[in-house]
Amino acid sequence: MQSVIQGSAKGRLDDITRRAPVVGAALEWMRRYGELALLGLTTLGMMLTIWAAFIYAPTELVEGPVQRIFYVHVPLAWISYLAFFFVLVGSALYLWRRDERWDAFARVNAEIGTVFTTLVLISGSLWGRAFWGAWWVWDERLTTSLLMWFIYVGYLALRTYTGRTAQGARAAAVVGILGFIVTPINYMSVKWWRTLHPDQVLPLGGTPQLPASMIVALMISLVTFTLLYVLLTTEVYKLERAQAEAERLRVDVELGELE
Amino acid sequence: MSMRTTGARLAWDQFWAIIWKDLRSELRTRQAWMSMGLFALLALVVFNFAFDLRVENLATVGPGALWIAFIFASILGLARNITVEQDRGPMDRLLIAPVDRSVVYLAKVIGNVIVISVIEAVALPVFAILYNLPIVQPAIAPILLLGTLGVAAVGTQFAALAANTRARELLTPLLIFPLIVPVVIGAVRATEALLTPIHGDAPWLGLLAAFDVIFLSVSAITFQFVVEE
Repeated sequence: MQSVIQGSAKGRLDDITRRAPVVGAALEWMRRYGELALLGLTTLGMMLTIWAAFIYAPTELVEGPVQRIFYVHVPLAWISYLAFFFVLVGSALYLWRRDERWDAFARVNAEIGTVFTTLVLISGSLWGRAFWGAWWVWDERLTTSLLMWFIYVGYLALRTYTGRTAQGARAAAVVGILGFIVTPINYMSVKWWRTLHPDQVLPLGGTPQLPASMIVALMISLVTFTLLYVLLTTEVYKLERAQAEAERLRVDVELGELE
Repeated sequence: MSMRTTGARLAWDQFWAIIWKDLRSELRTRQAWMSMGLFALLALVVFNFAFDLRVENLATVGPGALWIAFIFASILGLARNITVEQDRGPMDRLLIAPVDRSVVYLAKVIGNVIVISVIEAVALPVFAILYNLPIVQPAIAPILLLGTLGVAAVGTQFAALAANTRARELLTPLLIFPLIVPVVIGAVRATEALLTPIHGDAPWLGLLAAFDVIFLSVSAITFQFVVEE
């Protein structure tokens, strides 16, 4: 099965190479060295982010050095939004197409999104302790973030309980679609309510609410974390597919032994 | 045109037939009504001790206690409802019938709303007496209705979803509670505003209605995948 898929992909690549050699060569290079290049770029970006966050960006006058958590906290939050959005996309496409790969994509994004939301909550708590004097306040942004976390932990629990079955995949896809409802509420919460949590610094379609150097540092970090997300998604996706395949093979072997 | 009218007419008849079937089975067994009603009253009594209620904090704690009691009782009833359906199999038979899945879902939700509303209608005056709050007034009706609709919409979908898994008793609350929180917040704040009007407060009733509409419509579409064999 695996070799059939790879075979057809190879055939398609040969086809492209025949028509447009440059594009074909680029795709071939991507296939061979893509992940390595991504790993290299992410590593470089991380070093650049550390430099930008700690040295390049000016110290905030009111909050002091603790404000520098922002350059990690905001990208982490962005990645969790992105991942949860892709859970929605993967879930909807799975229900529509019934292709296991979309299901794996949704699952992988739920795992990554949950990890990143955990890190958002931790980094936010550290900042809150320093600036508000409390690890946690029941502010709408914080509350909805915690809800998001619970929803996707519930999603992962459902996946654990159902195992790799079609019924479990369908159920998880429905949770993946319905669970997304809290994510836009979370994003808009600082606009809709008077929250303690600071307002959006880069409002969609609006002007940035920060000095230019801080925006540059944030942008470097956002790009780097997006690269990290792509790298993680690729690797975890491959792992997930390999695990599913291993499970299938094990079942095949056990059934074979019974006969 | 006439074809479509007939289709809508048919769906409408099926919708009421399912509600009526569910209500009749509830009326016959009376299990859900009794346990939900008693549980709601018990919760109200327990909260009284848990929060050390006094005259000065009643208006702030009361609405929260009321909604938590209603929601816990609702989840209890919904989970039981689905367990009965799974074990005795009326759901399977219903799904064999040529009925659109979204009609089944909406009928189940409205059936649950009716059952929960009856419980609420009994528990609300008791709450008003025990907590000494002027809560029994016409303006509470839309809050109760929208809040209950939200709870039933989320509860019906996720109870059905968890019913097919190994650990349905564990998973049902785990999936339902996080998504019900927006409903809880909206309903509690709207009830608070009823008791002590706050000027310039968020339009909680509108948010509640928006949540209900979004959740009901997406669930009505996706319910077919939940019950698919």
